[in-house]
Amino acid sequence: MKGLLDQKFSNGGVVISSLEDITNWARLSSIWPMGFGLACCAIEMMGAYASGYDLDRYGVIPRASPRQSDVMIVAGTVTYKMADRVRRLYEQMAEPRYVISMGSCSNCGGPYWEHGYHVVKGVDKIIPVDVYVPGCPPRPEALIGGILKLREKIEKETLREPEGLREIVENLD
Amino acid sequence: MEIAEFKTLVQDRIGEAVVIGVDENATPKALLIAPGYIKDVCLYLRDNDQSYFDMLSCLTAIDNGPEVNTMEVVYNLYSIPLEQSLMLKVTLDREKPEIDSMTELWKTADWHEREAYDLFGIQFVGHPDLRRILMPGDWQGHPMRKDYVEPEEYRGMKTIREEEDPS
Repeated sequence: MKGLLDQKFSNGGVVISSLEDITNWARLSSIWPMGFGLACCAIEMMGAYASGYDLDRYGVIPRASPRQSDVMIVAGTVTYKMADRVRRLYEQMAEPRYVISMGSCSNCGGPYWEHGYHVVKGVDKIIPVDVYVPGCPPRPEALIGGILKLREKIEKETLREPEGLREIVENLD
Repeated sequence: MEIAEFKTLVQDRIGEAVVIGVDENATPKALLIAPGYIKDVCLYLRDNDQSYFDMLSCLTAIDNGPEVNTMEVVYNLYSIPLEQSLMLKVTLDREKPEIDSMTELWKTADWHEREAYDLFGIQFVGHPDLRRILMPGDWQGHPMRKDYVEPEEYRGMKTIREEEDPS
C-alpha cells in the first residue's frame, strides 16, 4: 500500500486526490491503539510496540486514554468480570473506532471454551470486532498483519457511508 | 520431624481423638484432623518449639462431590527456621461446610480463605472480611463445586457456546 507522500512529485509538487482518499490515508497512517492488555497476548503486543518490531513506523502509538484511541486491541482472555470494563472502555472511544481481537481467547474463548465458567466466549459477544488475529498467543508479526488488514479496511471506507452508519441502516430493516 | 512424631505431639497435647488418621501418600505427609479442633491444633503447632510452623504456605479446598457428600480443607504448613513442612486435612459436611478461620494465626489465610469461599462456598467462621475474591461480587453459585451449573447469562452476556459449523 502506497501512502500519498511515497508517490513521486512530478508536476510542480501538486498532488490531486479525493477528499475521501486523504481522510482515509490520514486515518490509516495513525492508528492509535488503547494502551491496555488482558493476558499473555499483551506481552506479544508489547513486544510488537517495542524496538524489535517497532509498530511506531506504522503510526501505531499506544495511548493512555480511550478518548484519544482509534483502535482497541483486545489482547488476552476476556473474563466476565473484565467484560463490563471492556465494554465501558469501548463506549468511551470516539468514532471512528475499530477493534482488533487478538488471540484465541478473545476470538472465541480459546482454551477456556469447555470448562471456562469465567470466560466470555469471544469478545464479539460484547463489542463489534473488525479484525481477528489467530494464535495463542499470536506472534508480533501476526499482530502487525492484523493492523495491516485493518489499514486495508480503513482504506476502502467512504465518507458518505461510514461503517457505523451502515450498521445502523442495516438494522433498520 | 517425622509424621508420627507430629501425630504424638498433637495427641499428647490436645487429645487422642483429634487426629483421625495419617495420609502417607500426601506430599508432605498429612494428618487428618477432626473439624472442631483445627484451630487449637494449628495454634499449638505454630507456637511449639519443635514444630514452629510460622508460615501457612497454602490453604485450599476439595469438593468430593454429592455422592460422597464431603468437602475437605487442606492446610500446608511450613517452618522457615526448622525447614520442615506438614499438611493438615479436615473433612467437612458438604451440606453445611463450616470451619474456623485461621486469619488470627496467619494473615496469609485471609485471601486464601476468601478464595476457598468464592470457589467452593466454604464458610470460615471468624473471618474479618469473607467476600468473593476472584469472581464478580454479584456472581451466583460457587464454580468449583462438582454440581455447579453455569448460569445462562451474566449481565446480559450469553454463556452458551454456539454449535460448531457442521459443514
